[in-house]
Amino acid sequence: MTQYVALCYYDRNQYWDSPPELEFSPQYTEFARRATEAGVMRGGEALHPVAMSTTITVSGGKGGDVLLVDGPYAEAKEVLAGYFLLEVADLDEAVAWAAQIPAAWRGKIELRPIAPVHT
Amino acid sequence: MNATDTLVEVLRSEGLRVLATLARTVGDLAVAEDALSEATITALNTWPKTGIPDNPRAWLAVVARRKALDLLRRESARSAKETAAFRWGTEAAPDQIEEAIEAMEPETSLHDDMLRLIFTCCHPALGREAQVALSLRTLARLEVPAIARAFLVSETTMAKRLVRVRSKIATARIPYAIPSDAELPGRLAAVLAVVYLIATEAHAPTGGDAVARVDLEAEAIRLARLLAGLMPGEPETLSLVALLLLTSARTSARTDADGNPVTLADQDRTRWNHAAIAEGSAWLSEAVERSGGAAGSYQIQAHLAAAHSTAPSWQETDWDGIVGLYDLLGSITANPVVALNRAIAVTQRDGPEAGLAALKTIGGLEHSHLWHAALADNLRRLGHTSEAAGELHTAVTLAPGEAEQRLLQNRLRAVRSELR
Repeated sequence: MTQYVALCYYDRNQYWDSPPELEFSPQYTEFARRATEAGVMRGGEALHPVAMSTTITVSGGKGGDVLLVDGPYAEAKEVLAGYFLLEVADLDEAVAWAAQIPAAWRGKIELRPIAPVHT
Repeated sequence: MNATDTLVEVLRSEGLRVLATLARTVGDLAVAEDALSEATITALNTWPKTGIPDNPRAWLAVVARRKALDLLRRESARSAKETAAFRWGTEAAPDQIEEAIEAMEPETSLHDDMLRLIFTCCHPALGREAQVALSLRTLARLEVPAIARAFLVSETTMAKRLVRVRSKIATARIPYAIPSDAELPGRLAAVLAVVYLIATEAHAPTGGDAVARVDLEAEAIRLARLLAGLMPGEPETLSLVALLLLTSARTSARTDADGNPVTLADQDRTRWNHAAIAEGSAWLSEAVERSGGAAGSYQIQAHLAAAHSTAPSWQETDWDGIVGLYDLLGSITANPVVALNRAIAVTQRDGPEAGLAALKTIGGLEHSHLWHAALADNLRRLGHTSEAAGELHTAVTLAPGEAEQRLLQNRLRAVRSELR
């Protein structure tokens, strides 16, 4: 089994200060219920709109000045709205699940395999 | 074919079969590839002395499995469980070859393994360029330098690119599986597109001096034949073989003695490969029969190639039939290049005025040298010589290959001499 994070992206204008997806709330709940029942869902959260976000970078690397920008990463046309953590056998199965997430109908979903962290 | 060629040919076709099964057993395409490469080197060193074994596939299977086992053992992170999947130890006695032949996967299983390999290489989670590169390496078994030449990149770049593709297959867990019936049409279309792209690059190389790349053309035909053998029930697969054979039949006549390109109108038709035309036509008939009248895009293109390949001359070509085929093709694929070729056929059927009108309705080809060259041809026939020269000048600057540039430059010179 492999874990994938399904990153849900929306156009930045659509997700600037209010979530556009209230109409899809029942579908999100339904998706989470089915994915949990199937033993596929390992986690997931919705994020507040990007007007609430702060982007930071440490200038000059470790120990440098911490610079803050109001809002999301400026270059991005699309912004992250939430994520699901899915555990499935392979990419085809992950794609089949991700296609049922409402974000895929109006925005985009990026599927990324989770890298094991060695501690 | 000399002994070395036979050896290389056996290694390539049998190697692919061995790889298909090995990839499933090992569960890792990269390990399977590396193991097969090592086995191939061993074969190249051994076979010239011992002769090609009676069952080269079994020989390669045994040696490649042993190499894979070595590779997995060397990777300390691998669990013992995975290496236990192998029946053979590191030392293979001659009788183990016999044993391997006994234990050989049945033909149906091999058939499925090869389909798995093909669909994995052309999985939609891989970019088109990655699919093409991987297909040339893994399915056509071309060496990295040859693929690098086809892509006009350095060997190092191509080697890195292939490592990245294989590592995505492993990390993102692209399945080694045959698509479900519901997915099959879309997935098959992607596989055919990869083969078609290799053939297109062979037919009109994007860089360099060559008119055509015979080596890549042969690979595309090999792959198409392989697909047709594995999926004989898919009419578009059969049509693709027909299309590639009918097109390749003209390749030798597309260049003159000095290596300059010769257009279809001026080709010496006795130099065409008539055996390939006959074979392509037979594949096309089979495809038509299988499709039950619902012609796909490759079938229509094969009909177009057949119409040209069986015409006694450029003038005596069935231009009315060709315009009809382009209309049909245009109705299923909205592609300006199709409209361009249709307009060229309209010129032949109805004259330059109609051809020019058809060309001017096409949008989106402002950067195509072929469009400007076609405009020039019609303008010249209508007596607008200086306008024709202008269009040809634009065409020369836009032409992607040196051979094509030379052809257009010669035409420009001829038009300019009419101006004086």
